[in-house]
Amino acid sequence: MSWRLPRRVGAFFTRRHLDRELEDELASHLEFAIEENLERGMTPEEARRAALASLGGMTQAREKHREARGFMTFDIFLQDLKYTLRTLNRDRGFAAVAILILALGIGANVAVFSVVNTLLLRPLPFPDAQQLVWIAPPPTKCGLSCATYSTDAYDEFRAGSRSYQDVTGYFAFSGADNLSLDVNGTPIPATSIDVVANFFQVLGVHPAMGRLFTPDDARDGAAPTILLSDAWWRRQFAADPNIVGKTFDMNGRQTTVIGVLPASFDFGAVFSPGSKVDAITPLDLYGPPRDWGNIITFIGRLKPGVTLAQARQDAAAVAPTMCWNNKQPQSCGSYKDQVVPVPLKDYVSGRLRRSLVVLWSAVGMILLIACVNLSNLLLARATARQREFAMRTALGASRGRIMGQLLTESLALSCAGAVLGLGLAYVLLFWLAHQGSIALPLLSTLRIDGAALAWTVFIAIAAAVLFGLVPGLRMAGGNLHESLKDSGQGRRHERVRAVLVVTEVALACVLLVGAGLLLRSFVRVLDVDLGFQPERAAAVKVDYDDSAPTFAARVQKRSAILQQLLARVSAIPGVEAAGISDYLPLGQNRAWGTPFPKGVRPPDKVPAGPLVYVVTPGYLRAMGTRLRGRDFTWDDGPNSDNVVLISRGYARFLASYAHWPNDDAVGHIITNGGADLRVIGIVDDVHEENVEGDPGWQIYYSALQQSPTGAQLVIRSTLPPATLANSVLHVLRELNPKQPAAEFRPIQTFVDHANSPRRFFMLLVASFAGLGLFLAALGIYGVISYSVTRQTQEIGIRMALGATMGRVQRQVLGGTLRLAIAGIALGAVASVAAAKLIASLLFATSPWDVATYAAMVVMLLAVAVVAGYLPARRASRIDPMVALRAN
Amino acid sequence: MSKLDLLQGTLDLMVLKTLAALGSLHGYGIARRIEQVSGNQVLLNQGTIYASLVRLEQRGWIASSWGVSGNNRKAKFYSITKAGRRQLAEDARYWQRLTGVMDRVLAMGADGSGEPA
Repeated sequence: MSWRLPRRVGAFFTRRHLDRELEDELASHLEFAIEENLERGMTPEEARRAALASLGGMTQAREKHREARGFMTFDIFLQDLKYTLRTLNRDRGFAAVAILILALGIGANVAVFSVVNTLLLRPLPFPDAQQLVWIAPPPTKCGLSCATYSTDAYDEFRAGSRSYQDVTGYFAFSGADNLSLDVNGTPIPATSIDVVANFFQVLGVHPAMGRLFTPDDARDGAAPTILLSDAWWRRQFAADPNIVGKTFDMNGRQTTVIGVLPASFDFGAVFSPGSKVDAITPLDLYGPPRDWGNIITFIGRLKPGVTLAQARQDAAAVAPTMCWNNKQPQSCGSYKDQVVPVPLKDYVSGRLRRSLVVLWSAVGMILLIACVNLSNLLLARATARQREFAMRTALGASRGRIMGQLLTESLALSCAGAVLGLGLAYVLLFWLAHQGSIALPLLSTLRIDGAALAWTVFIAIAAAVLFGLVPGLRMAGGNLHESLKDSGQGRRHERVRAVLVVTEVALACVLLVGAGLLLRSFVRVLDVDLGFQPERAAAVKVDYDDSAPTFAARVQKRSAILQQLLARVSAIPGVEAAGISDYLPLGQNRAWGTPFPKGVRPPDKVPAGPLVYVVTPGYLRAMGTRLRGRDFTWDDGPNSDNVVLISRGYARFLASYAHWPNDDAVGHIITNGGADLRVIGIVDDVHEENVEGDPGWQIYYSALQQSPTGAQLVIRSTLPPATLANSVLHVLRELNPKQPAAEFRPIQTFVDHANSPRRFFMLLVASFAGLGLFLAALGIYGVISYSVTRQTQEIGIRMALGATMGRVQRQVLGGTLRLAIAGIALGAVASVAAAKLIASLLFATSPWDVATYAAMVVMLLAVAVVAGYLPARRASRIDPMVALRAN
Repeated sequence: MSKLDLLQGTLDLMVLKTLAALGSLHGYGIARRIEQVSGNQVLLNQGTIYASLVRLEQRGWIASSWGVSGNNRKAKFYSITKAGRRQLAEDARYWQRLTGVMDRVLAMGADGSGEPA
């Protein structure tokens, strides 16, 4: 009766008062009865006894009253809880182990849930984030270079589309440390990104201080302005509350700080995982960038109610009217089928869905193993407490009441585990959120939020029911007489426990196989021939000033600076080779069309061109990239033939159209937009975009024949590169006092950065597998150890009859192995099914990789033997006389 | 003859009727009254009356207040409310129908014949 509920709830909270009232009522009741009895002529003693008898017991009256007024169950729960805490306090070892196991299981689950929630479930940290779309061509192998558009295309798309509230974008090719902040003569490197002026308005980000960009800030010739990230503002500017309006020397220009971005906005976290962006600057759409080709990524905010399908149709209609350059009519229409909006969220974290689902399943299995383990522990404990429960049943406790008691215990354990687990998850997430170098999006926004807390409560309760149910049913359903007689139900329990252990081993097996396959994939990835040798090579960003009125004068100046610089650096002891490139593999990249063999008509549909690197002599040697033909020399300048080096894959592509003797490109001429380029050498294919994909095509130009975009000095050394950092920076400072204190980065860090998501998932799954293995071992040990204890007498008899220690040991170990083998067999079957699920995450590894499965079997058997050996040893030490006398 | 065990719910009805008939009464008075009216045939643990009283009060069918009895003893007095009277009428009707049906079923002869309804 629902309208009675509030009163019942009220009754629960005023139960003290109600109890007192009842006591008064019962007292007056007794007095009335005694008085009446006295009047009938009873003695005072008789009168009292008769009154009590007709009342039918004070305690019962109280119980009935409480039951009727409501929330008896809660009362009982509190009683059970008190009792639980008392019993657990008595059995501290058990409680500690149980809580620890649960904490590990729940902690791992909460942490992974938070990761999944942040990356997959939660919308991006922008208002109405579902309206945001990333607009790019269908995926190709040339990465960002092919995901960008020209400024003319931007204008046309923005004007021509009807699906968007507005379209924005950012300059995709800013490198790290592209900003030099001059602080009292000391250059401080920082990273900034150029964005279209309406960037923040489209994303819906409001400044924490100051204002956002206006179209005026992006106008050609506008005074330089900058927005600071919250982190940089705190780090570099000591969180100056009056920073807005101040000007600083940045890249040699007086730049005004117009605002500070909110802490919740992290450009790197969303758009370029694993890198930090310190500041945002406006992109001048109509200045020089106009002639830079494809440089802008597109991000759009759909109008309310516009579906993705409508937006796609719209984009497909607008695309043919977009021109790469409005001044070149033949470039119009080149974006046909190359403009496809996808939800921004999919672009940011869509690729990770499978990995995250696998991770989530792995922790789910950990929790299951933990629950099975707990069930086992509770069963063992329940067996020991059988007589306690039988006694309570005999004294009138209902089956439900005993069940309730057991579930209360489970709940108390799992709540304690959840609290501790939440702490573990918090630590883990805090650590993860500060791993700036893992190239996973949104990682820095990781935290325990309301959803994670709700999830914690949910899994705590689910776990309690899961692991409390089996022992609860077993105990509450027990046979009273059997238990009181102490013949026990040990054997029956043991069967249940054996089934539990087999399950546990099977689950651990699946985890181990998954982790093994991922580990093997990771090792394979590390073995990939990248086309360069990252070991003992390092890069540092170099600043130099080659400004001059004409191209020839610039080249002359640049040539002198770079030659001197490389000569000085090469002279440092330990430096084996040194060279400069403007871009580095696994970093940013760009393409400049598709040069084609001279005199050969290109096909109608030319694939996207090779990625471009503008390099000095010696760069390839410093990178450890093999070369056939000759390297550039300092003579490959503006007055000699234009020469290029091309990658083997690109050479093969060109050779398939040209009729070169032996299909060898070396010495032949290729043309790009009318310019002739002589191929002087073929270099190894380099993994320029990622480690795991196929390498793309590359073309190398001489730094004296093209304009490089910045300079990355690469040195190869005989010593660990880090030891040279100081001497190299010293040389650079000597040559250019304005050289910022740029980071000296081993090339290996680029590779590690590219591999970091795989490493991250592999490490997590591997640690979960380790945890699973440990829990499984614990489970095996528990069951075998208990069965030895139970069979003490039997073993004693057998030993008295002449069984040797070895034989007893073998027998116990045999039992252990039987459990393990059953689990492994079951697990292997499950693994084969599960491996199919992760097949797409593997690299050069079959989901049925025999070595992995074999290693898993060996590992589990070894663990089982160790877990079984301790009880076996104990069994073989049983003294027959003591064992037989025991009962 | 052994005493009658009370069916679930019948005690509540007896309490309501007693209060309706006698007005304000304390727990002991109600219990004694039921025993007397039943000719001491009912097996009533007087203590259970208090569970019934708290249940009825929570439902709003009776009200209570502390007062002083005729022989100057402090006691909690219960009285029936308007809602309680309505409930009593309803429950009494239901009960009479039930007993009527029970009578007829139990009067059924071996051939299945009985008094027509």
